[in-house]
Amino acid sequence: MAGYINYEYYLRQDYRNLQWCPGCGDGAILQAFLRAVHELEISKDDVAVVSGIGCSGRISGYIDFNTMHTTHGRPVAFATGIKLAAPDKYVVVFGGDGDQTAIGGNHFIHACRRNIDLTIIVINNNVYGMTGGQYSPTTPNGFKTQTTPYGNYDNQFDIVKLATGAGATYVARETVLKPVILTKYIKKALQHKGCSVVEVISNCHINLGRRNKMKSPHALLDWIKEHTVPMSKAKKMSEEELVGKVVTGEFVEIDKPEFTEQYYKLCESLKGE
Amino acid sequence: MSKRKGVYTGNELIALAAIDAGCRFYAGYPITPSSEIMEVMSKEMPKVGGGFIQMEDEIASMAAAIGAAWTGVKSMTASSGPGISLKSENLGLACITETPVVIVNIMRGGPSTGFPTAPSQSDVMQAKWGTHGDHPVIALVPGNAKEMYYETVRAFNLAEKFRTPVFILGDETLGHMNTMVELPDPSELEIVEREIYQPKEGEKYKPFDMSKGDVPPMGAFFRGYRFHLTGLNHDEYGYPTIDKEMIRKQQERMMKKVENHADEIVKNELFMMDDAEYIIFAYGSTGAASKLAAKRLREKGKKVGVFRPITIWPFPEKQLDEVIATGKYKGIMVAEANLGQIIFEVERVNKGRLPLKDLLKVDGTPVSPTDIVTRFEEVF
Repeated sequence: MAGYINYEYYLRQDYRNLQWCPGCGDGAILQAFLRAVHELEISKDDVAVVSGIGCSGRISGYIDFNTMHTTHGRPVAFATGIKLAAPDKYVVVFGGDGDQTAIGGNHFIHACRRNIDLTIIVINNNVYGMTGGQYSPTTPNGFKTQTTPYGNYDNQFDIVKLATGAGATYVARETVLKPVILTKYIKKALQHKGCSVVEVISNCHINLGRRNKMKSPHALLDWIKEHTVPMSKAKKMSEEELVGKVVTGEFVEIDKPEFTEQYYKLCESLKGE
Repeated sequence: MSKRKGVYTGNELIALAAIDAGCRFYAGYPITPSSEIMEVMSKEMPKVGGGFIQMEDEIASMAAAIGAAWTGVKSMTASSGPGISLKSENLGLACITETPVVIVNIMRGGPSTGFPTAPSQSDVMQAKWGTHGDHPVIALVPGNAKEMYYETVRAFNLAEKFRTPVFILGDETLGHMNTMVELPDPSELEIVEREIYQPKEGEKYKPFDMSKGDVPPMGAFFRGYRFHLTGLNHDEYGYPTIDKEMIRKQQERMMKKVENHADEIVKNELFMMDDAEYIIFAYGSTGAASKLAAKRLREKGKKVGVFRPITIWPFPEKQLDEVIATGKYKGIMVAEANLGQIIFEVERVNKGRLPLKDLLKVDGTPVSPTDIVTRFEEVF
């Protein structure tokens, strides 16, 4: 394993216009990602990081890789083009819950179905943070947001089930509270040949916690802690005990033919025609 | 590759020309009447080792084509009106990130689903203003089978030269018409190859370097130096900026890189114009029909010529102005398969100097030479 990580090496020194609120989970998730790249000793030149719109979308600008900050919900589609044109490179997508499960839901499920070798990190803070706190497809029931002033009555997506059902071949979920485990999952996702999805439950204390009687930033982190259960523990719990709880852990890890590998095998077989 | 002679549809010619021009990435989504372009690509692209993918929607196919372009390959997508409406979102990203990419629109009737199997020219303004914000666009309007091939090659060359999206606007007639064509050996073609910028030791690559002329040098991912691209207004390094001077300068340069080089991009055919008294201004398949109409009108004693743009954006305003300014002509008629789009550009250039008449047709049938002759005799 690589030793001490010098974050300066991975962060752009000439662009430090940080858009995130103090205490935002995005920083911890970015740290876990950089640590994963460092520990796997992957060259910065061999990584493309593509992001969409929203707070998570800003990640690509801060880090010294081949980076593309694209349109809302579309980073997976851009990443698909990059991966197919450069199949031996690492292509990573950062997207939020709005980005990946609302406006970009179609691209998300089709990347999973294709099993194209992307690492998709979905930062799920249960709200549209950058636009000021409107409800997203993962906002829990009853939560107040700028567009659910009387509490959310809309249903939620389970990102793990969505990715699993769509055919992703590595699916894991962790919270920002457990960066060490998160780093492990991101490392496995980067190494996995196929479409990998890592959902990270994150905190938006400014635009979600604050509007739901969570007076300190810490209160939302506590809420996340109370409402998540590691898989090992969940297995011992009854269905009733699991109501309202989100299970974390590794859900899928399977081998299946990968899209670009199959495509270039076809090209090889047609050579000279 | 030896010379290839055969009967091809316009859509097939576009796909074959793209491969000959060095296109090595295609992403698309099925739509009438352009699907054959993708069908040929699915067959030919793997043979040359380029990337081919049928995406989940039009938005994604535009995105994938842009993503691929930044790995250093020439890329392309094709569609028709409804699909172009969807692609328009990411077309904007291609404009602001100054990404060379070729987009084909085999036009059909609209709005909405319109008339999928019928020709139309009602997307010429969409090509220019389909995506929001000020942005440059180059759009070519081939008028026959041969031009479907050669203008596709030119589209790739212009995209590379000006680092910007280039449209090819065909229509259902051109896309589906079978024609006997002899294709050249690709080695005979004039091809602009992308020079991928390699920064010197210690130099930081600026994807939007304003000191290098109107078109900054194009870099690529995975080449040992790293850079950022964003849909936000950005500085020379590609980093988001709110510096008003920087935003203004970059926006203006982006527009001017096409405006300043209009003479290199604009291409027209002037058909029997030397001794003509009247001008028919028409493009695409209507342009081809106008040439036949002009011949028939001449048989009837009317001296008619045709001004046929092969580049519609930027609009050939200087060239048209020069023609009108000769004072030789008595009138101009614009023929187009829409309810009046390019005629307003002609009017803008004409400035009332010549009587301006129209032939506008939107019933799903092509504008025929007979339509043009009949209308001309009505108005002049």
